[in-house]
Amino acid sequence: MSRGHAALIERLARVVGSSHCLSSPAELFAYECDALTLDAVRPVAVVLPEDAEQVSRLVGVCGELGHPFVPRGAGTGLSGGAHPVEGAVVIGCSRMRRILEVDAENRLAVVQPGVVNADLSAAVAHLGLCYAPDPSSQQACTIGGNIAENSGGPHTLKYGTTTNHVLGLELVLPDGERVRLGSKSGFAAGYDLVGAVVGSEGTLGIVTEATVRLVPLPEGVETLLAVFPDLQSACRLVGRVIGAGMIPASLEIIDQRTIAAVEASAYAAGLPLDAGAVLLIELDGAACGLADQVASIREFAASEGVRELRVARDEDERALFWRARKGSFGAMGRLAPDIYVHDAVVPRSKLPDVLERICQIADRYQLQLSNVFHAGDGNLHPIISFDRRSDEELGRVVAAGREILELCVAAGGVLTGEHGVGVEKRDYMGLIFSAADLAAMTHLRDAFNPTGICNPGKLLPVTRSCVESGSKARARVSPG
Amino acid sequence: MAAPRPLERNVYTQTLDCIHCGLCLSACPTYVVTGRESASPRGRVYLMRGVAEGEIELDPVVASELQLCLGCRACESACPSGVAYGAMLERARESVVDAGLRRGPARWLERWALRHIVPHRRRLHALASLLAVLQRLRLDRLVFRLPLESLRRAGSLLPAVPGRLDRRPLPAFSAAEGERRGRVALFEGCIASELFAAINHATLRVLTRNGFDVVVPRGQTCCGALQAHSGDLSFARKLARENLVAFSARDTAAVDALVVNSAGCGAALRELEQWLPGEGAAVAAKVRDVCEFLDEVGLRPPPHRVAARVCYDDPCHLIHAQGIAAAPRRLLACIEGLELVSHAEPDSCCGAAGTYNLTQPDMSRRILDAKITALEAAAPDIVATGNPGCLLQLQAGFDERELPIRVLHPVELLEAAYR
Ligand SMILES: Cc1cc2nc3c(=O)[nH]c(=O)nc-3n(C[C@H](O)[C@H](O)[C@H](O)COP(=O)(O)OP(=O)(O)OC[C@H]3O[C@@H](n4cnc5c(N)ncnc54)[C@H](O)[C@@H]3O)c2cc1C
Ligand code: SF4
Ligand code: SF4
Repeated sequence: MSRGHAALIERLARVVGSSHCLSSPAELFAYECDALTLDAVRPVAVVLPEDAEQVSRLVGVCGELGHPFVPRGAGTGLSGGAHPVEGAVVIGCSRMRRILEVDAENRLAVVQPGVVNADLSAAVAHLGLCYAPDPSSQQACTIGGNIAENSGGPHTLKYGTTTNHVLGLELVLPDGERVRLGSKSGFAAGYDLVGAVVGSEGTLGIVTEATVRLVPLPEGVETLLAVFPDLQSACRLVGRVIGAGMIPASLEIIDQRTIAAVEASAYAAGLPLDAGAVLLIELDGAACGLADQVASIREFAASEGVRELRVARDEDERALFWRARKGSFGAMGRLAPDIYVHDAVVPRSKLPDVLERICQIADRYQLQLSNVFHAGDGNLHPIISFDRRSDEELGRVVAAGREILELCVAAGGVLTGEHGVGVEKRDYMGLIFSAADLAAMTHLRDAFNPTGICNPGKLLPVTRSCVESGSKARARVSPG
Repeated sequence: MAAPRPLERNVYTQTLDCIHCGLCLSACPTYVVTGRESASPRGRVYLMRGVAEGEIELDPVVASELQLCLGCRACESACPSGVAYGAMLERARESVVDAGLRRGPARWLERWALRHIVPHRRRLHALASLLAVLQRLRLDRLVFRLPLESLRRAGSLLPAVPGRLDRRPLPAFSAAEGERRGRVALFEGCIASELFAAINHATLRVLTRNGFDVVVPRGQTCCGALQAHSGDLSFARKLARENLVAFSARDTAAVDALVVNSAGCGAALRELEQWLPGEGAAVAAKVRDVCEFLDEVGLRPPPHRVAARVCYDDPCHLIHAQGIAAAPRRLLACIEGLELVSHAEPDSCCGAAGTYNLTQPDMSRRILDAKITALEAAAPDIVATGNPGCLLQLQAGFDERELPIRVLHPVELLEAAYR
C-alpha cells in the first residue's frame, strides 16, 4: 500500500470507523466486480457508511485527495456499473438499509438507498401496498441501485420502470453537498432532476434517500403458464394478446434450455422439460374482469398451437411459477462457470425474427445460448454460458455479443432495457447516439460531476475513438 | 511441478458453479449485519476462488471471514446455480487449519473437546453427572469467572442437566405398539443425549406409538458435523466410518429408515457420501428426520389436547440443508388445542450454529437478538424447533430477557399429546 493510500484510508476510517473501512487485499478483492465478472479492478478502499452525513464526508475526503469514488448497492448489476477504476474508493450502501417512513395514506415510502427491493414490498404488504418495480434480482438488489439503473422487471409492462415510481431524492453531489430533488407529491417546479438522476448509473452523485411511490396490491391476479412446442409460437401469442388491447401485468418467455436449468435448481416449478418455450402471463386488476381475459387468452393460445395452458390454482402455485422465472437467470450458472447477458430491446413485432437470428449468431460462434426475457416489452435477455478462463472463448463471447447488439439496433431497437450501460456497453453508445447526442449527455454529467470524480468510466464513451470501436474484453478501465 | 495452491485441489472446481449473481446476499445473516461483501456467500466463494487461482493469499482475513460464516446454508436455499456452499466451507476450513491460521488456547480446547469428549458417550455422561452436582451445589456459577470468553458463554448456555434416570441409555430394542407398521433405527447423538435426554425418549415413544419397532444400534457415535465445521475433516471421517459400520450391521441395514431427531446430525448423515465417497450412499439414503418420517408414513392422530400457542422456528440444517419445512408444521397442526402462530423470518438462523455461539459470541449475540425479538412479538407459550443447538440458544435468549417462553422439540409436544 502506498503512503498516499494509507493517508486516504486513515481519513476515511475516521468518518465511518475502522471496522467499516476495508482495505485488506482479501476484502478489496471481493469488491473488484459486480455480477459482470469481466473487466474486474480492485479498489483501494471500501467504505460502508450508515447515513447521508457520512456519505457526504466520505465524498469530501475523496475530492480533497483526488480519488475517484464508485457508489455500490448490492453489486447485482450486470453491466459493471459498480466496478471500481484504478485508485477508486467504493462507497457501499449495504449498511444504509432502513425504511425511514411509510405513509400508507399518501402511498409512499421514504427509504435509505441500501434497502433491498423485496424487503420494501414485504414491509408494506400488510397495508395492501407494494413497490411495483420488481427486477428478477429483487431479493438482493437495492433501491439505490434500482434508481441508478432505472431498473425494470417482469411487471414493467403494465407498471413502468423505476423512473415512474420515484418521487423525490436526496443526492450527495460529487463535491459533498447534499441536495433534495423532486418532492413527496411528485410535483416540483423547474427541471426534472429526479428524472435525470434515475438511470444515471451513479455518475451524478450518490443517492442517500429516496421517496418512492407505493401502489395498491391488485384485487385480482391470474397467472397463466402457456406451454409451446417452439419459441416462435410463444412470441406470436404475445403479439395476439397485446394486439387485442389487453394490458397484462407481464408476459415472460422462458426457452427450452433455460427450462432445463431451472428444473435442475432450487427454483424448479415442474415446467415440462420437452417444451420448446413457456410463456408466463400475469393478468391483474379488478377481479371481475379477469375471467373474460383468461377466456380470450385460452382461445388465442389454442389457435397458436399451445400444448398446455396451466392457470395457477392459488397463491402458492403462482409464487412457484414466479420463483422459476426469477431464478432462471441464475440457474444458467449450472451450464458453465460464467454467463454473459445482453438486454437489448427490439420492437415486439420483430421478436420472432430477431430471436432466430440471434440463435444463428450463437451457433456461428459455437456458443451455448439461452433466452429468458420480458417478451411483452420486447426486452431480450440472450444469455451466453461460457468460461472466462479461456481467452479464446472470451473473444468469441464478446464478438457474438457485439453482433447481437448490432442486429438489435438494426432492427430498430436500443442497447439496453434495464441492465444499464456501465463499462460493458459504454463503447457501443455510438451505435445509437450521434456525437451531438453524446455531447449533450456529457454536458449534463459535467454539470453535476465537473471533475469526473464520481463513477468515472461508466455510461458514456471514454474517448471519442472508443465511440466507434467497442471491442474490448479484459481491457482495464482507466480513470475518466 | 509447483505445489498446488491452497484450496486448488479440494474446493476450486466447486467455486466455478458460482456465477456471481448475488441472489444469496440478503439471505446471509453475516452480510446483513456487516454489509461486507467478503462476509457474504458470494464474497466467500469469490475469496476461495481467488485463493485457488493465486489472486490472493490464504491470509488471516480470509480465514476470519470463513470463521465468521455460520454454516447455516441459507445461501444454498437462495442460490439458483446450485452452489454446494456447505461442502466447500468444510474443506476450506480444513485448509485454514492446515495453513496454521487457527491457533491459540480456544482453538486447542475446541479441537480437544470435539475429539476427546464429545464423541465418547461415557465421558460425556460422567461430565454431565459432574455438572449436575455442581448445579445442585450452585457452584456452576463459577463458570462466569472463567478465563476464556468461550467457556463463559458455554456456561451461560447450559441447561439444568436432567436426572440420572432420564440420562439412562436407550433400550437396544423397543417394540411397536398397536398394529406394526415397520422397523426403524434411531440415531442417538452425542451431547444432546445427555443434556436433552428427554428428546430421545420422546422420539422413541412417538415412534413406537406410531407402530414402529425401534432399534438403537450399539457402536454408533457422534455424527461428526461439529468437527467437520471446525475444519477437522479427518476426524469427522473417522466418526463417519464408525457410524457406517454401526448402521450397516445386518439387523440394522434391514430397517425402513434411520431416524434422526437433530437437524444438524441429520444433515451430516445425509451427506455421508461426501465424506466417504462410494461407501456412504446406502446409509445416507435411509436417513430421515423424525418429523419428515412421521409425516411421510402418516401420523396416528394423538388422543390428547395440548393447549398452547406455539411458534415453529426452522433449524437451518433442516430447512436449508435438508429442505424440510412443511412436515414439522403439519405434525404440530395435528395436535388438538395447539395453536400454531407465525412469526417473522422463521427460516433465519438463531446464531447457535454448532459451536459458533462459543467461537463468535458477538455475531452470535446480534443474530440471536433479532430472532428473540421476532419471536417475542408473536407471544407464544412455546417455541418448537428440532435441533439441540437451537434449543439451547433460544432458551438462553428467552431466559436472559426473562420471557416465560419454553423451547421444546416438536416430538416432545407430540409425546405430550400421546401421553
Ligand atoms: C439474476 C439477476 C437478475 C436481474 N434481473 C433484472 C431485472 O429483471 N431487471 C433489471 O432492471 N435488472 C436486473 N438485474 C440487474 C441488477 O439487479 C439491477 O441493475 C439492480 O438495479 C442493481 O442494483 P444493485 O443494488 O445491485 O446495484 P449495484 O450493482 O451495486 O450498482 C448498480 C449501479 O448503481 C449505482 N449505484 C448503486 N447505489 C447507488 C446510490 N445509492 N446512488 C447512486 N448510484 C448508485 C452503481 O454505481 C452502479 O452504477 C438482474 C441482475 C441479476 C444478477
Ligand atoms: S452459510 Fe449462512 S452465514 Fe455462511 S455464507 Fe451461507 S448464508 Fe452466510
Ligand atoms: S446465489 Fe449462488 S451463484 Fe449467485 S452469487 Fe450466490 S452462491 Fe453465487
